[in-house]
Amino acid sequence: MVMHTKTIAELSAGLRAGDFSCVELTKHYLNRIHNSDLNAFISVTDDLALRQARAADDKIAKGEGGILVGIPYAHKDIFCSTGVKTSAASKMLDNFISPYDATVSHKLNQANLVMLGKTNMDEFAMGSTTESSYYGKTHNPWDRKKIPGGSSGGSAVAVAAGLSAFATGTDTGGSIRQPASLCGITGLKPTYGRVSRYGMIAYASSLDQAGPMTKTAQDAAIVLNVMAGFDKKDSTSATQAVPDYTKNLNNSIQGLTIGLPKEFFSTDLDSGVASKIMAAIKEFEALGVSVKEISLPNSTYAIPTYYIIAPCECSSNLSRMDGVRFGYRCDNPKDLQDLYLRSRTEGFGEEVKRRIMIGTFALSAGYYDAYYLKAQKIRHSISDDFKTAFGKVDIIIGPVSPTTAWDLGSIKDPVTMYLSDIYTLSANLAGLPSMSIPAGFSQNLPVGLQLIGNYWSEERLLNTAHKFQMQTDFHQKTPQRSEAMA
Amino acid sequence: MQSHSYKQRRLVIDNTQLEQIANLAKLNIADDALDATTKDLNNILALAEKLSEINTDNIKPMAHPLHMTQRLREDKVGEQNQVQIFQSIAPKIRDQYYLVPTVISNPSDSG
Amino acid sequence: MKWETIIGLEIHAQLNTKSKIFSAAGTEFGQAQNSQACAVDLALPGVLPVLNEATVEKAIKFGLVIDAHINQRNVFDRKNYFYPDLPKGYQISQLDFPIIGRGKIEITVANTSKTIGITRAHLEEDAGKSIHDLYDDDTAIDLNRAGTPLLEIVSDPDMRSAKEAIAYAKKIHTLVQYLDISDGNMQQGSFRCDANISIRPIGQEKFGVRTELKNINSFKFLERAINLEIQRQQDILEDGGAVVQETRLFDALKNETRSMRSKEEANDYRYFPDPDLLPVEISAELIAKIKQNLPELPQQKKARFIAELGLSDYDANILTSQKGLADYFETMLKSNPDNAKLCANWVMGELSAALNKYQIEIQNTPISAQNLSLLVCRISDGTISGKIGKDIFQAMWAGEGSADEIIATKGLKQMSDSGQIEAIIDKIIAEHTQQVAQFKSGNEKILGFFVGQAMKATAGKANPKLLNELLRAKLS
Repeated sequence: MVMHTKTIAELSAGLRAGDFSCVELTKHYLNRIHNSDLNAFISVTDDLALRQARAADDKIAKGEGGILVGIPYAHKDIFCSTGVKTSAASKMLDNFISPYDATVSHKLNQANLVMLGKTNMDEFAMGSTTESSYYGKTHNPWDRKKIPGGSSGGSAVAVAAGLSAFATGTDTGGSIRQPASLCGITGLKPTYGRVSRYGMIAYASSLDQAGPMTKTAQDAAIVLNVMAGFDKKDSTSATQAVPDYTKNLNNSIQGLTIGLPKEFFSTDLDSGVASKIMAAIKEFEALGVSVKEISLPNSTYAIPTYYIIAPCECSSNLSRMDGVRFGYRCDNPKDLQDLYLRSRTEGFGEEVKRRIMIGTFALSAGYYDAYYLKAQKIRHSISDDFKTAFGKVDIIIGPVSPTTAWDLGSIKDPVTMYLSDIYTLSANLAGLPSMSIPAGFSQNLPVGLQLIGNYWSEERLLNTAHKFQMQTDFHQKTPQRSEAMA
Repeated sequence: MQSHSYKQRRLVIDNTQLEQIANLAKLNIADDALDATTKDLNNILALAEKLSEINTDNIKPMAHPLHMTQRLREDKVGEQNQVQIFQSIAPKIRDQYYLVPTVISNPSDSG
Repeated sequence: MKWETIIGLEIHAQLNTKSKIFSAAGTEFGQAQNSQACAVDLALPGVLPVLNEATVEKAIKFGLVIDAHINQRNVFDRKNYFYPDLPKGYQISQLDFPIIGRGKIEITVANTSKTIGITRAHLEEDAGKSIHDLYDDDTAIDLNRAGTPLLEIVSDPDMRSAKEAIAYAKKIHTLVQYLDISDGNMQQGSFRCDANISIRPIGQEKFGVRTELKNINSFKFLERAINLEIQRQQDILEDGGAVVQETRLFDALKNETRSMRSKEEANDYRYFPDPDLLPVEISAELIAKIKQNLPELPQQKKARFIAELGLSDYDANILTSQKGLADYFETMLKSNPDNAKLCANWVMGELSAALNKYQIEIQNTPISAQNLSLLVCRISDGTISGKIGKDIFQAMWAGEGSADEIIATKGLKQMSDSGQIEAIIDKIIAEHTQQVAQFKSGNEKILGFFVGQAMKATAGKANPKLLNELLRAKLS
């Protein structure tokens, strides 16, 4: 077995056993990144990675540190990393060398991991395809003509194509789960407040949540152990104790009740995807799980609700990008207005500007009640639906994306693009933890299965996903292209 | 992917409003892009039309997914002076000030 | 036509916390530009606010003394607008759910009391500073002040004259200092007033169109600016014109108010709850605890000064009108507990005169309370006379040392040795036989001549009481 197809647990064991050094492992990944034509990375941090690898080798030699020491990972370019360009895939921040570390970056550094580089994404995480990046599109390793999903497309590709052992992602409306689904990997969006948002460039503050993107549920549990936890720098960070997420992975899931929301199986769902989801449900039944149809009636309003709330928050969050203290400033501004207008107009891409304008409008005098406030009320109803549902079932299951990966450049209409987020938005609006795990292939493209749990039930989600992965081998499939590059 | 099923019902904004929005958001829209941008935004806002279907009179707005309250920080100074580092990434500085083109008047707010 | 003036004030009091409202950067005034602006204050991508507990406690203190409703659940909102000294492009403030609800205070103008309603008081962050006249083509931005906590206190439109507005502003100013929630330093901008002003014909119920005067940083200017604005509005209306609702700036040099911006720039602040902050919940226990530990307020202090120290109502009133003055006086009393009246006289007399003459705030006085107390001791124990005391005060003000040092180096110790004084008297009597005769013939006034001669001979150091006694004895 080659190094880049190994799971974190396998790599860690290999490092401890001296099968390979961390420097060797890091060089192997860096080499693969440099030879890749998928454009998964915005920055590759070779020097830093090798420095961290040498430090990790020292630690390992002394028998110190945890399971993640020396594990090379790819970091979404939305997390601030000291001394490294942190662009959020925007021209606006192309020159932004972060002077500080995000809490997630800090935690990964403290655990002696190796950062290989910063991954491509939709600009400021606004998108479902990674096509809106200032740094060009990222390609799906299963078919280069296809989108990888987004916004964490670069991270999903890095994991799927064997360019890193795992990656970090952020999920505001599906940005971890949807690319994980379309690239055939495992992605977890934790409960809102589980992972600190400090230093994570904000898109929509009440929806954003960071999580791991990995080969397996077990890897996701290992990484979440390090990412999760209370942070005094984030007022929305939760104080709930962090369990060892790996501890109960193997527990039996017999007797669990799974809910299938009928709204998630509407006519919009591609039949190839639907059949894989139904097959997965059969696997669960074989594991002793009972299945129940449920209803999340207000989830049909998730798209308009989300596409009001997220733009409102982002219109305000991105006001700091003004060309005064950091980031892009236009050439020779003739006055202050010109400085603002041109810096922002030239620095932001089209989708970002579109969402800023929608949000600005929805918050403006005379429209606030009809748009922002209305959306916040329906958000409450969407959340209440889940509360009702979790009174009856333990986990909710459905598709992640209505289709498999589509052709790069094929969707140009923003509204059509937004509609593809139909199944992922509700979990963000309610703040619930949710995962995408590989559930097979439709026409040679990966299909993801979505698991949504109640608040703080990451442990149960991971346990359920792990049991499914013990029963199936979808998560072990790798794209031909990546094998060829080995 | 199917095209969207929500029918556009009415235009919410026109070009004049778009220019007001753009001005509030400090964005320029080229004259020849006004029509297309207005249409785009109206299409998106048409999605929100669906929200008016529901009566929300008795529902409280939800600004946060968790029902937590604000944690308070002890009043302690915990930051060092890092002006050199912070200004190393600034577009224009002089004598440790950030610079912008001369502003004639004060804003209506300074407190 | 007779006009009635309607005034409401918005006061921004900087809270005297160690760190900023949402970051751990320091708040000290006068530091090198941008040296106290941390990542959060600079609004670097990804940073988040965390609320400083001291700001909440200080706001509650204020709410309690104005009999206000404390909103046990209050919410921070974002007020969105672009300006270079507003790093995030929004100010974190409180719109619909401020921490302090309706309250009131009482003011006194020309011996008449009046209650002024306080609409609300809310927490918010200050902006940085834009310096427009430093460079030719650029405005310089200093963000040290960005994120300094402010309590914005909004009054009802209850004031009917500039005098009432000043009385209200001064009352709030005294209160925030007594509560130790703000240093109230107006020169440094810790206490700033905006005034909303309109006029209407007497008898009319409907308010006139109001203008807002921004950022006035002294009571003197506030009074002038309000009166100018009242006159301006009156002139317009009497000429048949209409007042435009706008923000106006007071120009102290030109002694005028002028429009700050045209209406086309009218902003739409797009307030919405800040998703980075959660609702603040204040427990009844915390409110009770703060209530229990409220400091002595001006009224209580005044009553105590009268009852326990025997000061007059007038003296007690002056001494408690400013927290700094009262603190100074009480510090003096610590080492001089039996001389309250004498201490009060010196604080209200020489000290206040000097502070006033040189325009110095009592916090920055060159003579510490301990030192002035020592001077008063030397007068009361007879070491020096009151008159010499005034000379020593001037020397202390000039930085020549403590009272004792000055007495020693200048040899100003009072001459109280009767033998010494008698010798001097004998000499004077011998040299002025004519004046002695006049005294003996009943001219009492001539005694002053002898006192003068004796003082001249002793450089003013002779103990006046003793000198008088001895002179009378020798002359009769």
